[in-house]
Amino acid sequence: MSAGLMHAFVAVLRRDLLLALRRRGDSLNPLLFFVLAVTLFPLGIGPEPQRLAEVAPGVLWVAALLATLLSLDSLFRADHEDGALEQLMLMPQPLSVLVLAKILAHWLVSGLPLLLMSPLLGVVLHLPEASFGALFLGLALGTPVLSLVGAIGAALTVGLRRGGMLLSLLVLPLYVPVLIFGAGAVAQAGMGLSYAGQLAMLGALLALSLSLAPLACAAALRVTEN
Amino acid sequence: MPQTRISSPLPARELAVDGLACERDERVLFSGLSLSLKPGELLLVEGQNGAGKTSLLRILCGLAEPVEGEVSWNGRAIHSQREDYAAELFYLGHLPGVKLDLSPEENLGFVRSLRNRPSREQILAALKAVGLYGYEDQPARTLSAGQRRRVALAGLCLSDAPLWILDEPFTALDKAGVAWLQDCLSSHLERGGLIVMTTHQALELGRQVRSLAL
Repeated sequence: MSAGLMHAFVAVLRRDLLLALRRRGDSLNPLLFFVLAVTLFPLGIGPEPQRLAEVAPGVLWVAALLATLLSLDSLFRADHEDGALEQLMLMPQPLSVLVLAKILAHWLVSGLPLLLMSPLLGVVLHLPEASFGALFLGLALGTPVLSLVGAIGAALTVGLRRGGMLLSLLVLPLYVPVLIFGAGAVAQAGMGLSYAGQLAMLGALLALSLSLAPLACAAALRVTEN
Repeated sequence: MPQTRISSPLPARELAVDGLACERDERVLFSGLSLSLKPGELLLVEGQNGAGKTSLLRILCGLAEPVEGEVSWNGRAIHSQREDYAAELFYLGHLPGVKLDLSPEENLGFVRSLRNRPSREQILAALKAVGLYGYEDQPARTLSAGQRRRVALAGLCLSDAPLWILDEPFTALDKAGVAWLQDCLSSHLERGGLIVMTTHQALELGRQVRSLAL
């Protein structure tokens, strides 16, 4: 990346983080949802550690996935509504790079807190000690994929008045592999088996979405703003 | 209001439009539109509401694709040189793109930092020029509609883009603001800039204005 492009990337990242900081209430929503959803499970299915440990990998991953989904709709919507998106599209930098900065900001605000909170929620669900590493590493690789892939859906639906439902329908099927490999890794680790394969798959998904999602987002935004 | 504009001449550029057609919901707004604009010229796009003024400006920016025809900048189609064209264009649409949670200084600083990266002094001077002195640290949410508009217009002071495309720039401005903007437009034309704009305001620029009726 040239110095000018790097500067623009950092400028967009800084602006989005600053905006998230100014609207702390909205920014904390995904984390709040994640914590609430997970802590309700012991109340719903009973406090037996054995049973909770069994469902913990799936519950943690599904909750993280839905929390991310919840925050996606706002990714481009505010910029679309106040005209800032038009201005971004007319910047002398490639739109895909500016979009990548926005996605990174989204992950830092919504994905990273989930990642940091997950060990604590693992304790709540009596996750076996051997699984914590797999949970943390899996979420570290998986939540950026959720942000990247979700951004494509957000870009496609930003022009629609009620795009939330369509966004979920578009994005959920693409989240399935992340869920399977992510929860799979945690479950494998709990049984004392190697989970390197699952993590490798998540890593591959991350590399794929990191390289393609910004381009797809930029193209989708140009279509929806047309 | 004080003038803070830089007055060095701008590079000579030419905007040309060839056989442009635009449709909206299967209705033809305009077709076969051809024109060219040279340094120092202002094109005023006129027409009743819904005539396609904004659509034309968005096509000229490259935000929207025309059904037919081509827009070229300096002899090359704009879609083949998107980033070079963007560097030479200042666009102000209906929505000014001002973030209500950021202060005028942060708003202007962000937009300009992706372009010619002015210093903090230059940004504050530009805000002063549009009469936002003393408001630079307040969230834009607390400003009036006209003041929010001025935040976006302050970018004109810092812009070194030869082509300005302005959609109703006089909206919500008071008399002093209108006079300032007229001044700003004249000096841009004097520097050899090009302007395409729509407005319902009578322009007093002391020079010939070309108009296009849609």
